[in-house]
Amino acid sequence: MANLNDHMGRPIVAVTGIGVVTSLGVGKADNWAALTAGKSGIHPITRFPVDHLSTRISGMVDFLASSSKGASPLTYELAESAAQEAIAESGLDSGDFGGPLFLASPPVELDWSERFSLYNSDSQDIGAERLLRVARSLKELDIFETTQFGSIADRLADRLGTRGLPITLSTACASGATAIQLGVEAIRRGECDRALSIGADGSATAEALIRFSLLSALTTHNDIPEKASKPFSRDRDGFVLAEGSGALVLESLEAALARGATILGILRGCGEKADDFHRTRSKPDASPATAAVRAALADAGLSEDEIDYVNAHGTSTPENDKMEHLSLSTVFGERTGSMPISSNKSMIGHTLSAAGAVEAAFSLMTMRESVIPPTINYDNPDPAIVLDVVPNKKRNAEVRTVLSNSFGFGGQNTCLVMAREPV
Amino acid sequence: MSPHHVVITGIGLVSSLGEGPDAHWRKLVQPGLEPVLEATRFRPYTVHPLPEIDWNLQIAKRGDQRQMETWQRLGTYAAGMALDDAGIKGNDELCTTMDMVVAAGGGERDETVDADILAASESRNDRDVLLNEKLTTELRPTLFLAQLSNLLAGNISIVHKVTGSSRTFMGEEGAGVAAVETAAARIRSGQSTHILVGGAFQTEHSDMLLGYELAGYLHRGPWKPVWQRQGAEGGGVVTGSGGAFLVLEQREHAISRGRKIYAELGPVLSGRARRRQGELDAGIAALLRQAALPSGELLAISGASGAHAATAAEKSALDANPAIAARGFSTLTGHMKEAQFPFAVALAALAVEHEAACPVFDAANERPFNGIPKTVLATAIGYHQFEGMALVNAA
Repeated sequence: MANLNDHMGRPIVAVTGIGVVTSLGVGKADNWAALTAGKSGIHPITRFPVDHLSTRISGMVDFLASSSKGASPLTYELAESAAQEAIAESGLDSGDFGGPLFLASPPVELDWSERFSLYNSDSQDIGAERLLRVARSLKELDIFETTQFGSIADRLADRLGTRGLPITLSTACASGATAIQLGVEAIRRGECDRALSIGADGSATAEALIRFSLLSALTTHNDIPEKASKPFSRDRDGFVLAEGSGALVLESLEAALARGATILGILRGCGEKADDFHRTRSKPDASPATAAVRAALADAGLSEDEIDYVNAHGTSTPENDKMEHLSLSTVFGERTGSMPISSNKSMIGHTLSAAGAVEAAFSLMTMRESVIPPTINYDNPDPAIVLDVVPNKKRNAEVRTVLSNSFGFGGQNTCLVMAREPV
Repeated sequence: MSPHHVVITGIGLVSSLGEGPDAHWRKLVQPGLEPVLEATRFRPYTVHPLPEIDWNLQIAKRGDQRQMETWQRLGTYAAGMALDDAGIKGNDELCTTMDMVVAAGGGERDETVDADILAASESRNDRDVLLNEKLTTELRPTLFLAQLSNLLAGNISIVHKVTGSSRTFMGEEGAGVAAVETAAARIRSGQSTHILVGGAFQTEHSDMLLGYELAGYLHRGPWKPVWQRQGAEGGGVVTGSGGAFLVLEQREHAISRGRKIYAELGPVLSGRARRRQGELDAGIAALLRQAALPSGELLAISGASGAHAATAAEKSALDANPAIAARGFSTLTGHMKEAQFPFAVALAALAVEHEAACPVFDAANERPFNGIPKTVLATAIGYHQFEGMALVNAA
């Protein structure tokens, strides 16, 4: 009989379903094949013209039916696709999931294509006044719903039969990890036996790209797109804007075993710590990120020595990678340079609100497959960051535990610890 | 292990009525209080505008103020008030261990840039190129940060040093409901000892009105109390700028540091009625059943928005129980979206603490309440989706 409670007497949380979509493809099989082959999904932008833009590449998901329909429809489709894959794998009913939904998704706004078409359907007044005039005579709700922050989750709840008021959340680039954390916590508190946690982001619009560009957050290495994302390299110059989704079916180990489900991994611990230093920059001593890593380890009941692999946030911005290295070396000390630490973002770019969930999915697969995906484009190591980044080629390795980091604007730091076996 | 009790030890409020819990309560107990209205700036819409605020009182650094637009300033300000009220502000140990759940929408866009692009779109067919051309040159780089949903929480961390954890829930009134529900669950289960929870809404911006009006939700024409807008021109919602933050605390934690307790937060309930399938009436009734209302006369602080269908459903559910005396506070403050439920819970706590109900806000639709409210119901039935309620009990 397996132990059903963790070191703090809380129900152990198992993963019984995993789904993922990135620029590398739909589903775990395609993604894993590409990821372990060191293949990049970064490509030139074709969704909108790139005139005047300093960044002209991205990891957009261009092959879905909603890919050209705007941020809300695409985010919905990404979320649903990952959720369907995860629920199917879990063996639960994809129309009657029966647990709460936690959705990490980007903040929504009225798309420019809608602004333009509403505005140009009338000629009275100017600016906002005209938009409001046109708005109040609209006869259907489609456009309205793209502007409601709760609508994507509401539609998912209808489609998947989740229970209760779905929670839509944002902790910026840590959102996906927070969605998982909320699911873990709900199960630990005994509020439910199962939860569906999704991170989805289809918001790579021209305006989003320009906003990040104006903050100097994006790479401008446009010439060879697949080489642009180079976490931990000396010549890294920003992240690659990307889209994707990840979904996990979380269940109490007890409930999962009782129904004979396959246990894909264990969500052992979650940790977070907010940073009060600056809106986009981290405290120079990396103490909040360090505290988040330590909180996740403590929550998991594991010591530093018991982490086999780190799935890094590794955005390829000068700032993040330096800060992440500092926090890891603070926690792991001498081990830091010799433990494998790789960044999926070298191949898929930064999927923003989805990143924490996508990378949790890949972390779980890393353990199941005993293969660590590489950090590609590691041709010019940053001498100030001495890490074993699993450079350029996958590595076969027994991985029993993973730390997955997610850090975001607004001082958001969330870390997850996952394990292969319940222990 | 028995669950911990959740108490309210800090309240920060801003609305057109003023700022602070005391100022709000003094206004709300005045019989026949007239709402503060702004009927011309956004004609044909009426809004309840922000009062004059000295931001310096809660956001000491001008540099911090400049990094925010009004929505984030308002939330950061209301959060600071709640922290002050709970005796937490400036206490490093309490701030660094404090959790935070913020209910947020998005921040303000640059209306001038948007209007300029829209005007140019009338004579350009290459609108996507136009967009790139204008946005790359006219957008203020840091404006993005003032728009990001989670940067209200981010600013609260920076300005008030609340850094235990930081989560932002999105989704209109439902975000406020889930924020309070999750915060309470964390305390009950022993995950947290003290949490800052709340939200803010700044309606005096065309995009914030557009978010309702794309479905025709806004009331037009002469202002009316929230229960009297059925059949009037428009959709029934009159919005207001405001913010509400609460400090929720484990009872033992509050007692051990000798703090005043406003009230105890009882059960917090949430729901998602499938309204298109006509489930809203049953959904509200189910929440009222789950709340297990105490017997006898009950004061209800209703967050009803005025939206015709949702408000009619809530009114008929509340009217069906002759023991309930409802107060639709949107009559006086307007609808504050993500802040609506935290605001309702705050007013319920004030009624419990003052052992008095507010007089009716709308004599034609609300009945007097003469007793001492030991338990008060707070509601937020979303104008479009999601529903929530809570019971607030005497400390």
